[in-house]
Amino acid sequence: MIAEAIRRGALADYAERFTTLYETAGSSVSIRELPFLAQLNLRVDAGDTAVMGQVTDYLGFSLPLTPNTASQAGDRRALWLGPDEWLIVGPDDQATSLEQALRGGLGGAVGSVVDVSANRTVLEIRGSKGHDLLAHGVPIDLDPGAFGPGCCAQTLLAKAQVIIERRDEAPAFQLYIRSSFASYVADWLLDAARAL
Amino acid sequence: MLIPCPWCGDREDIEFKYGGAAQIAYPANPDSADDAAWARYVFFRPNPKGKMAERWVHSAGCRRWFNLVRDTVTHEITPTPAAEERR
Ligand SMILES: [Zn+2]
Repeated sequence: MIAEAIRRGALADYAERFTTLYETAGSSVSIRELPFLAQLNLRVDAGDTAVMGQVTDYLGFSLPLTPNTASQAGDRRALWLGPDEWLIVGPDDQATSLEQALRGGLGGAVGSVVDVSANRTVLEIRGSKGHDLLAHGVPIDLDPGAFGPGCCAQTLLAKAQVIIERRDEAPAFQLYIRSSFASYVADWLLDAARAL
Repeated sequence: MLIPCPWCGDREDIEFKYGGAAQIAYPANPDSADDAAWARYVFFRPNPKGKMAERWVHSAGCRRWFNLVRDTVTHEITPTPAAEERR
């Protein structure tokens, strides 16, 4: 309980500023932190169909093989990070169960499972102008035609390395930001939002 | 300038880091290679005016190393077969 009470999101101090943005910009753009998501880095040989099948069985859905796409089932999702690397994301309380599932899927095969939940926090940018806001600092095309539902990408946002994901048809992006860069990125986003 | 990552496709050059010349062959018989052979392997690099095989890493993206051929004058990048570039 004590650990619960002192746990803070990397951007807990920004909640008020995000609220102020919402009050001025309304539904056109809003930012909120989705802290404490369970995040696991999985390395496994995508060419080993037996192991990939086992991982699918233990995880409950298959890993995306197309670069820069994500797959999901319920509240669990898998983001393509490389030809043999994925980020598995789930709710706060699932880090341990996800790790066990992935280790079970890996069996004795060559690979690795690492809990990286504390590495990144997640910001959700929502609203009709969310795309314009990110376009100020992202070198890739985030237009729905090029970056539709189920797409993800590792790129730079104002020089900070981020993973960007669009989960569904809604005008919303999830930004996975390294905790030590989080306040810089949040400041940058709030500043850029003033120019919208 | 756009650089074609063999996994992610065309991305801005700010997402990449340069890794020098590609296709530098490790000495075939390292036990018997003399100092001159080692010096040639470690220090000598091509510096052509024109097409050059290069190593790049998609450092801000998928973080994979790959090969490409770039013209050092025009920056034009020549397509490379997937089996060659994904190494
Ligand atoms: Zn890439």
